[in-house]
Amino acid sequence: MEKLIVAPAPHAHSGDSVRRNMLLVIAALIPAYAVSIVAFGWGALITMAISVAACVGCEWLITKYLLKQKPTLCDCSAVLTGMLLAFNVPSNLDWWILVLGAVFAIGVGKMTFGGLGQNPFNPALVGRVFLLISFPAQMTTWPKAQGFASAIMGQQVTDANSGATPLYYLKHLVGLDNGPEAVKTVADLKMTSLSDAFLGAMGGSLGEVCALALILGGLFLICTRVITWHIPVSIIATVALFAACTGWAGALPEGIDTCHYVAYELLTGGVMLGAFFMATDYVTSPMSACGKLIFGIGIGLIVMVIRTWGNYPEGMSFAILMMNAVVPLLNKIRPRHFGEKKKA
Amino acid sequence: MRTFRIGGVHPQDNKQYSAHQAITECPLPKQAIIPLVQHIGAPAQAAVEVGKKVKVGDLLAKAGGFVSANIASPVSGTVSKIDQATDAWGAPMQVIVIDVEGDEWAETIDRTPELKTECTLEPKEIVDKIAAAGIVGLGGACFPTHVKLLPPPGKTAEVLIINGVECEPYLTCDHQLMLEHGEEIVVGIRILMRALNVSRAIIGIENNKKDAIQHMQELVKDVPGVEVKALMLKYPQGGEKQLIDACIGRQVPSGALPIEVGAVVDNVATVYAVYEAVQKNKPLVSRVMTVTGKDVKHPGNYCVRFGTPIDEVIALAGGVPEGTGKIIGGGPMMGRAMDHTEGMPANKRLSGLLFLPEAESHRPEPDPCIRCAKCVDACPMGLEPYLLSKLFENEKWEELEKHDIMDCIDCGCCVFTCPSHRRLLDDIRPGKAKVGGILRERAAAAKKG
Repeated sequence: MEKLIVAPAPHAHSGDSVRRNMLLVIAALIPAYAVSIVAFGWGALITMAISVAACVGCEWLITKYLLKQKPTLCDCSAVLTGMLLAFNVPSNLDWWILVLGAVFAIGVGKMTFGGLGQNPFNPALVGRVFLLISFPAQMTTWPKAQGFASAIMGQQVTDANSGATPLYYLKHLVGLDNGPEAVKTVADLKMTSLSDAFLGAMGGSLGEVCALALILGGLFLICTRVITWHIPVSIIATVALFAACTGWAGALPEGIDTCHYVAYELLTGGVMLGAFFMATDYVTSPMSACGKLIFGIGIGLIVMVIRTWGNYPEGMSFAILMMNAVVPLLNKIRPRHFGEKKKA
Repeated sequence: MRTFRIGGVHPQDNKQYSAHQAITECPLPKQAIIPLVQHIGAPAQAAVEVGKKVKVGDLLAKAGGFVSANIASPVSGTVSKIDQATDAWGAPMQVIVIDVEGDEWAETIDRTPELKTECTLEPKEIVDKIAAAGIVGLGGACFPTHVKLLPPPGKTAEVLIINGVECEPYLTCDHQLMLEHGEEIVVGIRILMRALNVSRAIIGIENNKKDAIQHMQELVKDVPGVEVKALMLKYPQGGEKQLIDACIGRQVPSGALPIEVGAVVDNVATVYAVYEAVQKNKPLVSRVMTVTGKDVKHPGNYCVRFGTPIDEVIALAGGVPEGTGKIIGGGPMMGRAMDHTEGMPANKRLSGLLFLPEAESHRPEPDPCIRCAKCVDACPMGLEPYLLSKLFENEKWEELEKHDIMDCIDCGCCVFTCPSHRRLLDDIRPGKAKVGGILRERAAAAKKG
């Protein structure tokens, strides 16, 4: 008999791999990306191509020439980072700004810490926030998306329509007196109907315009067990509750009721993208179910605090990055061991 | 349908190869090699000398302590050697070698096939008979059965749980035993209930053995206090603590025995052995083992006398298949890969032989941990395998103890599920050994002081 192979048990494996998980996340992003292509046209295609190419190229160069290691591109995590970065920038961003962001995301956000699995912060968000702080004007001038309907009817919406997102109006809503200003802001906000926000016809970053597609992708990830429900559900619930409390506290001007306000907060900006795709990044989220819930609640609270009182109209990126920093602490929460009594 | 509440994984069960293959008697070997350690606890002490003639059922070696087990001769013939040998994993073992002559059984043994249902023995007599027969847990751990039947002072058993789960993929020996010897198993259960003085017994069977569930349900219909529980398919449901949780919803605390929550667990094969020992005076001399694998010619369930060289069992199943990379003693989740098969005897521990093709035999190179927490979600003990592995690498023994490394049951769920193919158990096993050593030292010091 030939030599037998000896190895410790178990001798079976689920067949799961890093690559499989990354590919499933990429697959889950496709519906949202398809809407983006409809909404933003060539801009979406070019931005995505540049971002992915820059991320992959940067990681390849660093592993090959700086670290002199085996390239790690096969795990597809650089592709995913590139996609997520593209999702988080306006589709008409200058190419060189985007490349800079990608280099920062991979180079500083990921590889300086030792590559996949070592980075404390979500690389795509590191890249995005770097760009947001360095190029605030370019990063907050969004082309208006043309929704499905207008795309089908062939109406061309040009960059001339560039303007503020619904979040910009939302931000100015809380605490307004019922004067003419409030009436105008509410009217401006209602330019983007809720169904537009749901189906992808509002201003915003490339990937965040269609809540429906993002939710579908997120559900796909939960069903395929790539992610668990804890983080998205706790983020969404916290945002909804916070918004509802704002409404109940009577801080909203006339013309917009609590339900609408909650829906706007949930469907616009990066809440869905962040909750399902950014905050759930394995490397930068907690391990235990309890830790995940606290992590999600923290993100929900921070994003609403930023949106309501902060300087930026949007705070998802900051909220996730801040909670990323707390993850090592949250990982100290130990799961309930078998046979352990619940603490009274 | 119930199952245990923490963790678990769903490996492919692959039982189709050998399921429903009738139990086949393996022919007697020319020479039987009987290891003196076939159980957990102290090694048995040889009770025969070279040259002695023995019959099937004669005592070969006596239990070497309270937690130990007798070994009865599985064959008749002459003791030719008492020797040191090397087991299939390279560890030394003491063996008794018998040159087989005929098949003569001790006179006290009732070899008739009729079912003997009546048992009027006192609990003590039952336990003594079980101890004399050298019965150990045949589910895999090989813990001496009579020890389980003697609860420590102050503890009483409330319920007997019978393990018919067979959660290891590929293995089908317990399944087939339930189908062919269900009647005997039910009598065995009643005997054990009598020995433990409990009025309730639960047979836990996983839902991938619907015919066994139905068959056993039929058999216990009129037996008071005994019920069959169909359990949802999930590995490692056959783990003692997991099975108790699944059957009665109680979790045995860390470091404690099942008796802490009033439960005693025995495997169906063990219960069958109890029946034979108590009702037929037949010591444990053989077991049913599954020989299986994708490419095995005659996969099946074989009744093998202990001491039979496994090469003869393999020959019966059609030989080692072409392109075999790994031969595993037991199932794929907890079984051990063998280094060689020549001269290796069947024993109480060996529940199966699994042949994996070369392509399935290699472990892929591990990737970096991506902190996905799948190992945490999979661990049926609620531990954090990634953390234990990291703490081991950093030699943080106290931390390891605090994180309950000793609770690890070696089930392999963490490694099975890890997308980065990290070899977590390669760290956790030696970590357990190290921490276990520290704990024993501390206990010894405490005793002295």
